[in-house]
Amino acid sequence: MDPDVILFWVVAVLSVASALTAVLHRNPVYCALALVMALFQVAVMFVALDAHLIALLQVIVYAGAIVVLFLFVIMLLSLEPDAPPRGRYGMRAASIMIAVVLGVEIGTAALISEPGAPFRVPFDFGSTRMVAQSLFTEHLLPFELTSVLLLVAMIGAVVMARRRA
Amino acid sequence: MNPYAALLINAALCGLVATILLFMSRILGRRRPSKVKYEIFETGNPPIGSLRGTRFPVKFYLTAILFIIFDIEIVFMYPWAVAYRELGWFGLAEMAAFMGILAVGLAYIWRVGALEWD
Amino acid sequence: MDVIISFCTALVALLICLQVTVLLLWIERKGSALIQDRVGANRANLFGGLLPFNLGIVNTMMADPLKLLTKEDIVPAAADRLLHWLAPWVAVFPLFLTFAVVPFGDVIVVGGREINLQAVALSGGILFVLAMVSLGVYGVIVGGWASNSRYAFLGSVRGSAQMISYEIAMGLALVSVVLTYGTLDLQEIARLQGRLMWGVVPAWGVFYQPIAFVLLFIAGIAESKRAPFDLPEAESELVAGFQTEYSGSKMSMFMMSDFIEVAIIAALTTTLFFGGWQVPFLYRDGFHFPGGLTVAIPSLIVTLLQIVSFLVKVFVFCWIQILIRWSLPRLRYDQLMAFGWKKLLPVGLANVAASAVLGLLLEGWTRT
Repeated sequence: MDPDVILFWVVAVLSVASALTAVLHRNPVYCALALVMALFQVAVMFVALDAHLIALLQVIVYAGAIVVLFLFVIMLLSLEPDAPPRGRYGMRAASIMIAVVLGVEIGTAALISEPGAPFRVPFDFGSTRMVAQSLFTEHLLPFELTSVLLLVAMIGAVVMARRRA
Repeated sequence: MNPYAALLINAALCGLVATILLFMSRILGRRRPSKVKYEIFETGNPPIGSLRGTRFPVKFYLTAILFIIFDIEIVFMYPWAVAYRELGWFGLAEMAAFMGILAVGLAYIWRVGALEWD
Repeated sequence: MDVIISFCTALVALLICLQVTVLLLWIERKGSALIQDRVGANRANLFGGLLPFNLGIVNTMMADPLKLLTKEDIVPAAADRLLHWLAPWVAVFPLFLTFAVVPFGDVIVVGGREINLQAVALSGGILFVLAMVSLGVYGVIVGGWASNSRYAFLGSVRGSAQMISYEIAMGLALVSVVLTYGTLDLQEIARLQGRLMWGVVPAWGVFYQPIAFVLLFIAGIAESKRAPFDLPEAESELVAGFQTEYSGSKMSMFMMSDFIEVAIIAALTTTLFFGGWQVPFLYRDGFHFPGGLTVAIPSLIVTLLQIVSFLVKVFVFCWIQILIRWSLPRLRYDQLMAFGWKKLLPVGLANVAASAVLGLLLEGWTRT
């Protein structure tokens, strides 16, 4: 069997399982850790798609920083494990229906669509140098806007945190 | 050989060694359960109140958010640093604008006192 | 065949990691004894003193781990069982893996094959190290939370806040290094330091980025929560911080993570700033001294010299970290955070800016 196919199936099963755990488990700390696992699987998929830089950045930023923030919030708010849901059947029915509709849509789209014509990628596709060249020439505006976005986030976080104090 | 395959081999080896270490005490150590051993340590007194109800200062949360923001900034710097000579002075100017805006942000949070008392 | 070679290099890297850790345990005890003008650990003996001579270091190195591993494993009743077992594993696994990208030699020529002495030749090596350091925070967070104890939780929250604060300084120091060498690959950086400046001085990273060296070293010490930054696990204040409720091999894994981080910081510093496995004037075929003198040396001896040089440099930096631990008083927590955010972060940013400008002004400044 092609190792790529085996890898894909392992990663797919693990990522769906960890994502389901992240959504359905009652203990929020377990959910956050399952989220880390799911993000790892995404990083592996990035590697399989030759996006080496993005895979590493996924681990550094997402799994290494953002979920740490989630864990801080969970622990500092001392969130209790969820009690089993009572009543409110209307919400649950609606959400299940929406999930089913979405699932059918995605499944149909995946099954009907045909793969595009294969095209060659350059030798160092996805390498840091290529990303840098592209980021700082063609995509300069989004890059500079990102800095403004980060500035806004910084100021917003400080304002919100200090108001609570 | 694909470096990621080597990474997988390494990860498997390290995971195996870590797991063996983890279970060593269970295998080699004694089992003499007694009630006192399983209490939480609080210098002899029974623990007061539950951990789940305690509140903690918000500055830890603020530190985590500021960490994310600066982490993202650093992460943007890496591709630039690798291709920095090809990008020349123009790349430096772009990066200077990026760092400048974030330096303004750092100055603001410093002035406002968000970096105090942690 | 490739798989076997890869497995062997992985095994060697892991063994180097484990051996350095165990040795560091003893070096710390004897070294601190030396600094504090006392004898240190010398009581361990085989067979209760039956032998007329004391094997010294061997006894302590065997006795300490054996003692820890054979203690009873206690999981507090109020603790979260799965997380309590998971936390030490999560603390140690990324650190073991970090050693996989550190090059401990150039190449070894065996049977006509050149084998790169680096377990995983990742082209994004530095980013991988940063990723593993980021994952190290989870061991602390989960460890403290799993114990469901106030001491442990407080220690873990402060510890993780400290770790993430100093990760930024580390990241900035590494950016300046990448600026200088133009590559993220650690083996490549080690190789690039083999050139000579003005024909005499080896082009080690510390001459190009002295500030980044100091920054990385300090941030690394703070990251591994060693003194003078060890308030989260301050022995006299928080019992053992987030490690309070762990016993036996789990506690030994947390202690190991401390020493492995010492070794990692030492290994990183040598690879990035002190030439890694480079011996000055030694090339793959022998010595080429500046005066013109050439000494031919068989390639296996060259490899051996390089590995020894790497290990010696790693131990020098481990020793410096031990010296720092036993000489400086502990920083208070707010001083610690102020130092990380208000001193190291601006210095790191300024260093990156200055290196970038200098690099463009002095056109031939390192690189190929």
